[in-house]
Amino acid sequence: MTGLLDLGPHAGFIFACYAITLATVAGLFAWLAADRKALTAALAKLEADGVRRRSNTPASGERG
Amino acid sequence: MDLANPTRFMSFSGRLLPWLGGACALAFAAGLYLTFFVAPDDYQQGATVKIMFLHVPAAWLAMMCYSIMAISALGTLVWKHPLADVSARAAAPIGAAFTFLSLVTGSLWGKPMWGTYWVWDARLTSVLVLFVMYLGLIALWRTMEDPIRAGKAAAVLTLVGAVNLPIIKFSVDWWNTLHQPASVMRLDGPTIHPTILWPLLTMALAFTLLFLVMHLMAMRNEILRRRLRTLQLGAAGTRVAAARPQAAE
Repeated sequence: MTGLLDLGPHAGFIFACYAITLATVAGLFAWLAADRKALTAALAKLEADGVRRRSNTPASGERG
Repeated sequence: MDLANPTRFMSFSGRLLPWLGGACALAFAAGLYLTFFVAPDDYQQGATVKIMFLHVPAAWLAMMCYSIMAISALGTLVWKHPLADVSARAAAPIGAAFTFLSLVTGSLWGKPMWGTYWVWDARLTSVLVLFVMYLGLIALWRTMEDPIRAGKAAAVLTLVGAVNLPIIKFSVDWWNTLHQPASVMRLDGPTIHPTILWPLLTMALAFTLLFLVMHLMAMRNEILRRRLRTLQLGAAGTRVAAARPQAAE
């Protein structure tokens, strides 16, 4: 059994793989979160300016 | 439940995401424990077999993601499902990331095991083609402003590119490659010892859950992006209509 810190002569390659994978996944999550934040802010600004989706207007809302 | 309705999809996915995220975290905790504290070294690869616990799931997901995009492309072109193009567009960057990971981790495994980072054998080259296909599709979606037109063009290109999937899968059987043949998904069963197979399958489950979480998040963003575009176009139309009488005067 090999422990976490005893990865033999190729430990650098193993750590590099896990580090790159972690960085890529973290980057994807950061991009998704930033994208959502920007979109939500833009939608909130439009709604604050009085622009509404048709389904959110009172007339169509009554029709369900 | 009618998930074809984007509003219902947003509500359903919003409730599902925390559960999927929790399951993903648990699966990664179990997978990494098995990888670093239970799985033995391989008799030939030594500790570098631990790279396989990243490389193999990333490679599987690279292909699964493109398969989902191909099914979504059919949904766009044949059934005109409202979420099909959303699904395909959301999956492309994630698929590109997993393909990138499969290429990089494979390359970093290849240097100590094969003595080289890269060879132009059929498996490696066909996966590189898959990566280029992902980048091309992302570029196509970004180039065309109208998402409906972009979705149709991307769907056609996605289906054309799907011919690469069986080439990737069977490249190790059809040609002499440095890349080893399949050792898990075989008709006669896996050739990997259970002490390495189970950590690998646990990591594959964790990566699949990770993909589902990111795909749902990206789909929700894409729906918001389309809502925003519709509202912006509607607001611009209202402004133009309001300006017309003044211009006439």
